[in-house]
Amino acid sequence: MYAAIWRALPGPWPVKLVLALVLLAGIAYLLIFHLYPWIMQEFFPTPDPVLDASAHLTPQGIA
Amino acid sequence: MARQQRERRRRPRRRATFASVLGELLLTVGVLALGYAGWQVWLADAVMGGQQQQAAQAFASELGPTAAAAPEAQLRTDEPPVETSAADRESFAVMYIPRLGEFERTVGEGTSRAVLDSLEQGLAHYSESALPGELGNFAVAGHRNGQGGPFTHLDEMRIGDRVYVQTSEAWYVYEFRNHEYVAPTGVGVVAAVPQQPQTPADGRYLTLTTCNPEWSAEGRLIAYATMVGWQPAADGMPAALAETLGRL
Repeated sequence: MYAAIWRALPGPWPVKLVLALVLLAGIAYLLIFHLYPWIMQEFFPTPDPVLDASAHLTPQGIA
Repeated sequence: MARQQRERRRRPRRRATFASVLGELLLTVGVLALGYAGWQVWLADAVMGGQQQQAAQAFASELGPTAAAAPEAQLRTDEPPVETSAADRESFAVMYIPRLGEFERTVGEGTSRAVLDSLEQGLAHYSESALPGELGNFAVAGHRNGQGGPFTHLDEMRIGDRVYVQTSEAWYVYEFRNHEYVAPTGVGVVAAVPQQPQTPADGRYLTLTTCNPEWSAEGRLIAYATMVGWQPAADGMPAALAETLGRL
């Protein structure tokens, strides 16, 4: 699969290398600023910093 | 010569099989999962906290002038303006804590997950507690880690550190007094007089609550501050705060 991507990149190998690094950087940007934050918000709630007797205030209750 | 090179390039390539593609995909998933773990520990609060910070800056300029006040504008200690309570989940204040770095976070009404986890807010006002500047205890919760983790370093507050709360009416200035470590059930910390639920309000307190230890809900870390004065919103950002933020 990755070999096929490498072959699909145009130009001689230095150009391919630069293109591959640019692609990697773009993917890293999407992960760090978009995909990972979304994953954390959706699936990894962090411990509740609230005192328990205020549980009635939270519609979903205390995690 | 040229033909030789062409020959060399044309060596038979291994064909991609189902197994090889599956293997590469599994490796990719593994790298992404490790990447997530590292991101959550080292980058999450910087990334999400940065978004909360930007949102707070935008909200602060909606609340009122954020240019530095004239240095001769003094803190007032007379009766502060009366705040109106906000609707559930509504943003109504911005908190600044220079000890925690360039810290600006929006305070939303009610300690629901919607406010605590929000990338627009992050700090949550205990809706039964007092309003900023009001006689009683203005109590605010925030995550220790994750979802922006505003209070990661709350344990590093030192006596006298200032906490600024900006509303549409005024800038309230509190000074940190002490920490307390309590069980998750220690609701006395948000009483009008902290830990004295029977005593009627006798002063203007600020209570910040967060998780302790880090990444755990085993206990709660509490930071108390008391109000030292206020300035009208029209004055602009108190000069001392503007200086720590480099906005003079």
